[in-house]
Amino acid sequence: MIWETIILALREIRRNVMRSSLTVLGIVIGVAAVITMVTLGGGATAQVKAEISSLGSNMLQMRPGQHMRGPGGTHSQADMFEIKDAEAITREISGLEAVAPLVSASMQAIAGNKNWSTTVQGSTNAFLQVRDWALESGRLFTDAEMISGKAVCILGTTVRTQLFGNTDSLGTTVRLQKLSCQVVGVLESKGQSTFGSDQDDFVLIPLRTFQRRIAGNNNVRTIYISAQDGISTTEVKESIERLMRERRRITAGKDDDFHVRDMQEIVSTLTGTTRILTALLGAVAAVSLLVGGIGIMNIMLVSVTERTREIGMRMAIGALEREVLMQFLVEAVVLSSFGGLFGIIAGLLASLAGAYLLGMPFILNSEIIVIAFAFSAAVGVVFGFFPAQKAARMDPIAALRHE
Amino acid sequence: MKVKASSPVRNGSLVEMEGITKVYGMGSAAVHALGGVDLRINQGEFVAVMGPSGSGKSTCMNILGCLDVPTAGTYRFQGIDVGSLSRDQRALLRRNYLGFVFQGFNLLNRTSALENVELPLIYRGIPARDRRRRAREALDVVGLTGWETHTPGELSGGQQQRVAIARAMVIAPDVLMADEPTGNLDSTRSREIMELLRLFNREQGITIVMVTHDAEMALYAKRIVRFFDGVINAEEHNGADQL
Repeated sequence: MIWETIILALREIRRNVMRSSLTVLGIVIGVAAVITMVTLGGGATAQVKAEISSLGSNMLQMRPGQHMRGPGGTHSQADMFEIKDAEAITREISGLEAVAPLVSASMQAIAGNKNWSTTVQGSTNAFLQVRDWALESGRLFTDAEMISGKAVCILGTTVRTQLFGNTDSLGTTVRLQKLSCQVVGVLESKGQSTFGSDQDDFVLIPLRTFQRRIAGNNNVRTIYISAQDGISTTEVKESIERLMRERRRITAGKDDDFHVRDMQEIVSTLTGTTRILTALLGAVAAVSLLVGGIGIMNIMLVSVTERTREIGMRMAIGALEREVLMQFLVEAVVLSSFGGLFGIIAGLLASLAGAYLLGMPFILNSEIIVIAFAFSAAVGVVFGFFPAQKAARMDPIAALRHE
Repeated sequence: MKVKASSPVRNGSLVEMEGITKVYGMGSAAVHALGGVDLRINQGEFVAVMGPSGSGKSTCMNILGCLDVPTAGTYRFQGIDVGSLSRDQRALLRRNYLGFVFQGFNLLNRTSALENVELPLIYRGIPARDRRRRAREALDVVGLTGWETHTPGELSGGQQQRVAIARAMVIAPDVLMADEPTGNLDSTRSREIMELLRLFNREQGITIVMVTHDAEMALYAKRIVRFFDGVINAEEHNGADQL
């Protein structure tokens, strides 16, 4: 009987193709919107994740001062690190791949008659390892250069292009304030970061060189640590914190005057944000699905009134109350499911196009497709019930007499 | 729940009405549509119900067709007290033993003649193949072979009423209830329809109860029951065979 009812409903829908398609338009748009929002949102999340892990997913970052949440935070009261801290971490903590102490400052880089405002980073070769950076040409710093603080530098591609165009830069000299450095290497390009900044816009010089010739002190601002594959960054983070509390003589009960941030943490914060956005957009889209449901109810009510005589006839030839109810309910559900189906197709096409236009990955979320379909069918049940009940409760005699 | 026809039909009476009254509304606004009707119809009869508007003939038809229940009195269909049945039980009774033909045809628009005739069989749960065969046969009997795929919009009034008759007959009912079946048709078509009904009555022994305003059509029936002011005030038997 249920199969017959579905066939009957399909026949009924076929009898009114134009009206049926207009009726389900609301559902189609609702479902398509939900699917598009969620799929694009998922793509954005995946993209953010991928870009952050390109920074080095097993990376930790340690800075002096407390971890400030919100604006207005300052780390100035806390002591800076020193090279010794980085060395201690390397020595004391196992499972590390590289430890890179870093200081940086913004300044003009000058070569010939060109100049370019950039960031100068003072660090070690480990910095490139931690940040997963490869050389395009030239070489890394030698140990001798590191220890003696020689005036050598490795250029990011942006700086190289700005200062030298397409000409070869290796062996030439770049002036950073009063310091003239010889270019020993050029890095491969990494492009823009998730945050929109140009990752290739920096000059790397040995840490000692920076400390002696530019900063004039022994401070280290940041220490980057990367853990070996398979080593939990959370555990590494804890051991670093323990070690640093000891080294900085922080007594029990007192807060850290430094903080270690785990990339995983940053990833989850960022993906959390995009997830909330996705949920919000999805909710807005779901409202349109609801509106679509009201549209279905509206048309079903019109349809029931219009077909009063038909209902009377069906009852006269022996249709039971529940059979009439089922007929209209199934009709509403079939309608809304069709809407769901077309909505899913439209939504997938829209998200494919959207992903392509926004340069995002297209990630098929089968869960949301199932949910959207189930929801659209449920909309049919919920909004079809009232009209169906109205039909089922008709008095056959009055219905037959209806003009 | 099953309503079975196996109960013995006493004295050949298929339907029996005793002191049937029907009151619509309550108190001072109450309308007495039927004021004590006694009526027996035997198996194989062809009864025409006549009477002016508001005389209660439609109300009586509705009760006879198990679409409505009387306010008081007993109505037995094949010995079953219809007044004691639930709405769904009455629907099952109609589904299995009653055929309906209406003045306005009441066919499904934009639906083929065949599908229209199949409809009662769907409610009876007949498998599709069987259903189609029986619907085709029914259309054949009413002379619409070759019109199976036509929709009501493509058929003349007379043809539409034939489809409706085929729909009523496809379940091989015990009683065919026809409410002014020729009311919307010209006299030639009307006569054709009446011939068809008479054929069913004679050849298949189908009991027919028909409401009509038209004296000429009433002459096809073997018996005429006249209503006036909610009661039966005259009954005639005619030798319908001379027409």
